[in-house]
Amino acid sequence: MPDLSLAALAAQVFTGLVLGGIFVLLAVGLSLIFGLMTVVNFSHGALYMLGAYFGFVLIGRTGSFFVALVLAPLLVGAFGLLVERFLIRPLYGRSPDDPLLLTFGLSLVLVEVARLIWGKIGVTLDPPAALAGAVNLGFTYFPSYRLFVIAVTAIVLVGLWLFLEKTNVGLVIRAGSRDPMMVKALGFDVGRIWFLVFGIGTGLAGLAGILAGPMRGAYAEMGVTIIIESFVVVVVGGMGSLLGAVISGLLIGQIVGLTTFFAPKLAEIIVFIFMALVLLFRPSGLLGEAGLLE
Amino acid sequence: MGRHPVVFFFVVFAIFPWVVPYKSLAAQVLIYGLFALGFNLLYGYTGLLSFGSAAYWGLGAYGTGIALAKLKVTSLWLALGIGMAAAVVGGALVGFFCLRRRGIYFAMLTLAFAQLLYFVGFHLADWTGGDDGLRGITVPAITLGSWRLPLDRSVVFYYFTLVIVGLAVAALKRILDSPFGAVLQAIRENADRATACGYDISRIKHLSFVFYALFCGLAGALDALRLTVVPIESLHWSTSGQVVIMTLLGGAGTFFGPFVGAATYLVLEDAISVWTESWPLAIGAIFMAFVLFLPKGIWGTLTGGFHGR
Repeated sequence: MPDLSLAALAAQVFTGLVLGGIFVLLAVGLSLIFGLMTVVNFSHGALYMLGAYFGFVLIGRTGSFFVALVLAPLLVGAFGLLVERFLIRPLYGRSPDDPLLLTFGLSLVLVEVARLIWGKIGVTLDPPAALAGAVNLGFTYFPSYRLFVIAVTAIVLVGLWLFLEKTNVGLVIRAGSRDPMMVKALGFDVGRIWFLVFGIGTGLAGLAGILAGPMRGAYAEMGVTIIIESFVVVVVGGMGSLLGAVISGLLIGQIVGLTTFFAPKLAEIIVFIFMALVLLFRPSGLLGEAGLLE
Repeated sequence: MGRHPVVFFFVVFAIFPWVVPYKSLAAQVLIYGLFALGFNLLYGYTGLLSFGSAAYWGLGAYGTGIALAKLKVTSLWLALGIGMAAAVVGGALVGFFCLRRRGIYFAMLTLAFAQLLYFVGFHLADWTGGDDGLRGITVPAITLGSWRLPLDRSVVFYYFTLVIVGLAVAALKRILDSPFGAVLQAIRENADRATACGYDISRIKHLSFVFYALFCGLAGALDALRLTVVPIESLHWSTSGQVVIMTLLGGAGTFFGPFVGAATYLVLEDAISVWTESWPLAIGAIFMAFVLFLPKGIWGTLTGGFHGR
């Protein structure tokens, strides 16, 4: 029987929050790309893995976790830009299945390339010395690094929200997800917006990867399971809805965290059961508009 | 080949084991070809992209495997029937959930439900053998009255598989030629117009999903007999990916594309694995090239057939 004290439970809620934060970063990136471009990026999990490995390399080269934390997502985002330009762009105008198929192939390639470069076993990332200990939250001690992950996730999300709501580029992005034809007719270059959004979305995957690195290590297959769970987060939130992705990511983080606590064997399955229930009672997801981009 | 595809199929595959490097590869091509055939019914003909085919392949394999290894069923036909029944029930259930969403949602949902089944299979180790796979499958001899044919020789097993897969090919031909098959292709071309014509497309799609599960399940069941073990990878997402790659290599929406694709995939895997461990890198790159430059696949390009949307 697990320790049922309130303090242990609260610690578990914080753990769920960390997991939820990683889900949210991945799901928001997926949802942003999907909402605007109707592209499901299957390679999102592989880019998450690249983020962790880039972080590993950069920490080694620069000696600073914080420099790596900034550079790794930028590098993954830059790689995402190349993917959009040379692999996704030729597929516009074809079936929405085609980019999904292509990025599926890409994820196989990336995982294998990571195995070739960094080996089959995986590597560990050290959290920065400043965040190595634990913080007394009053009711329990909690690893400082995990609190840091929660904080970074929150800051990035607020930044993203300000960007989308308060800047002109953000306005065009939001308009583009509503009606790309009209945005085009108003004289905006939709292709450039898609390019940018793909870079942002993949950069967020890279950020999630390096953040997860010190908690889970980096290994070639690390993106495989989490991409499927992120799809579930997106479907539950309502596809193309960023707020839906945030709420659903945090919710699923809690569900997984608490299930791990009370019934560890169910933890892997509960996500999918929850998804089935949402589909049964709210087919378009928590905040999804029915019929959007179907 | 045009007018009598089933006869063409039997003739080609009757001589096939004598032209490939070794016979067990030939049986593998037939079985994976059948798997891709089921996937092609759903993707190539109905226009629904499933990333969860491993679920039905695995249900078929475990259904038949558990019947033989745990329930000690002695009839081969009954064991195959149990595997197919498991796949059909699974397909009917999952199809109900996944078809609540259309288009790209559908692909993600099928993947998610297959992953659910993978974890269930993993944890129900008493029945499935868990991580070690299901072992102890003995393949019973075929009996028809007093006539008895053991399947332990690879040539015998190959021709037994050929008969079963050939019957499935004939069944698929019958389905595609029926009014139901015509509606499937109408849904692929324009679902709204099919609805306007008065067809209940959600029921028809669901039925198509069940047929897909049935074909995949039969293929999985045959593979359990071929290997006499069911590895947990049967339910893994990579198995779902494999059938997607095979079908697109061969040509989605073409009648023989799945078999051409399965043969291409397995022969390439066999050849490339000899000199490098990075087979996924090679097939991933080849697959990307096909999506970009040869979306009709090998058979579709040769015959000018239809590219799955």
